[in-house]
Amino acid sequence: MITQSRTDHPETWSAVPARTTLDGHVRSYLARLRGGDMGALPAILGLVVLCAFFSVLRPNFLTAGNFANLFTQGAAVVLIAMGLVFVLLLGEIDLSAGFASGVCAAVLANLLTLQGWPWYLATTAALATGAAIGLVLGFLVAKVGIPSFVVTLAAFLAFQGIMLMLIKGGTTVAVQAAPIVAIENRNLSPLVGWLLAAVAVAGYGVTQLRRYHTRRTRDLATDPLSVVLIRIGGLAAVVGAAVYVLNVERSLNSLISSNRGMPVVVPLIAVLFVALSFVLSRTAYGRHLQAVGGNREAAHRAGISVDRIRISVFVICSSMAAVGGIVAASRFSSVDATTGGSDVLLYAVGAAVIGGTSLFGGKGRVVDAVLGGAVVAVIDNGMGLMDASSGVKYLFTGLVLLLAAGVDALSRRRAAATGNR
Amino acid sequence: MSETPLLELRGVDKSFGPVQVLRDVDFAVYPGEVTALVGDNGAGKSTLVKCISGIYGTDAGEFFFEGRPVTINGPRDAAGLGIDVVYQDLALCDNLDIVQNMFLGRERRSGLVLDEPTMEELAARTLAELSVRTIGSLRQHVSSLSGGQRQTVAIAKAVLWNSRLVILDEPMAALGVAQTAQVLELVRRLADNGLAVVLISHNMNDVFAVSDRIATLYLGQMVAQVRTTDVTHAQVVELITSGRSDSLGANGRNDGGRRRNGTVGGLE
Repeated sequence: MITQSRTDHPETWSAVPARTTLDGHVRSYLARLRGGDMGALPAILGLVVLCAFFSVLRPNFLTAGNFANLFTQGAAVVLIAMGLVFVLLLGEIDLSAGFASGVCAAVLANLLTLQGWPWYLATTAALATGAAIGLVLGFLVAKVGIPSFVVTLAAFLAFQGIMLMLIKGGTTVAVQAAPIVAIENRNLSPLVGWLLAAVAVAGYGVTQLRRYHTRRTRDLATDPLSVVLIRIGGLAAVVGAAVYVLNVERSLNSLISSNRGMPVVVPLIAVLFVALSFVLSRTAYGRHLQAVGGNREAAHRAGISVDRIRISVFVICSSMAAVGGIVAASRFSSVDATTGGSDVLLYAVGAAVIGGTSLFGGKGRVVDAVLGGAVVAVIDNGMGLMDASSGVKYLFTGLVLLLAAGVDALSRRRAAATGNR
Repeated sequence: MSETPLLELRGVDKSFGPVQVLRDVDFAVYPGEVTALVGDNGAGKSTLVKCISGIYGTDAGEFFFEGRPVTINGPRDAAGLGIDVVYQDLALCDNLDIVQNMFLGRERRSGLVLDEPTMEELAARTLAELSVRTIGSLRQHVSSLSGGQRQTVAIAKAVLWNSRLVILDEPMAALGVAQTAQVLELVRRLADNGLAVVLISHNMNDVFAVSDRIATLYLGQMVAQVRTTDVTHAQVVELITSGRSDSLGANGRNDGGRRRNGTVGGLE
């Protein structure tokens, strides 16, 4: 009765994995693309197209000064989007992240300016506020069982009120503590910029090569060495070019005031990016998070504490919102009732989705927030240079978001058709 | 065949409110054997499995594991004994790959970091031991696998965790002919490796192809637990549909004394 009939499965599984070549790697990548697994490609293509578009129409888009502006303008949205990725991974949503960042910024400004706290204590308090907000939201979603859409919609309204109360109506609270203001308004010296870039590339290179070596010696399937080297070289080229441009003098008259080097916010984003990526892809917690996003029941049966995971993502999201709020306070050296309001949340959600994070849960990486955030920042910046009205700007951003969601939906359908996620 | 059952249930009762789903059920599972659990819809198969796996408590009855009396108060107790249930609806995460699924909730770490190479090696070894040759790459997402391959991964996961008793709830449902053969072969190999296997199935061909014993539930009662070689297709079908088989000799019955006249006296 038991037969060896496996004719419908011609593929075989061998104990010793085949060593793939560069050619084979490229071919399997193309196959994945055709199968609907687009990865970061749409965001990168979009970024290239948008940059080309704006530099043709507005030559001053492609200047060193404007390049540095992109970082300081997009920083808050990218940071909030990084946290949102964790929530979206579970198929949940946090609509209150924007105003949560506003509340945390208001706490910071209040303690700094009105209470005269030292900057480090005020920053800690702002971050703690973010974590506490996340804890409450997560508790309401996971333990009480209110859908996250409703919980965070309520929080969206409530936080707006709390902000108004914290900063007494329509006033503006100045933030003057030097370390806070420096985040968005000061640059690292060119030498420090190069050093940080070297450390980043070396760190990445060592991790990749060590991983390659371990897998190779233990006879596990690896990417070919050439691909690993190309990846390291690619990162070195991109980082090197960025640092070079950021180190170009941006001041019109450098004798009066010099303005060159990497904005302080760049290493801040880089460190948080590496830390969160590490948590998501290299730790058991991150694995469990992805499992809950993929199949909550399966995760539960595997002994994972689903509630704890669900609460934790809201804590991460609101804490990152707090970081975004601090950066926003730094950018304008002040906090008012609109900090973290209007388009911040929508831009952050848009950034994550444009980057490739799925609103259906189970699919998302921290890098999505960075790439998508870059796309949003380029649109915002480019449209500004073109003197487009706010109306046109919103319309254009909306269309790009729709396009990104469309790409996600279509690649999903394609993937379902080819049985490929 | 060993004499002591790996798991033995005696006199298990289970009611949901006024509805008695299991009454006085005796059930024995032997290591190295496939025990098919058959019965019509609503006969109590799933309830019995959930009692064994600790999801439901029982109202009465005793459990013996390797002859020792044990109590199963929750899924954790069952897992501690090495009882693993592979569910029909496949508890796999589509967005994770094969290795990640097999180690889900029990990841190997070195320090803070996941020890991916070790996990991949162990997963590969387990699949090789089960002679699974139909899976392309261990790092492909489970969503890209066929139904049979998914079932294979789910079963291999149980083996990886050194389960002593693997319960398969309709593993062949929704599988094609070739895939069914593939899973049946795997089921047989599990038993040959010394595990006790309980197979729930509606398909008599599958049951006769792979099982050593057949246990039949009828309206919540265990009406027969017999060697597969002692019965025919027709007799088992008769047991499933009417709870009795006149052509089945008394020696075919399991521990006769506890049984009520060899037949079930209707609903009440």
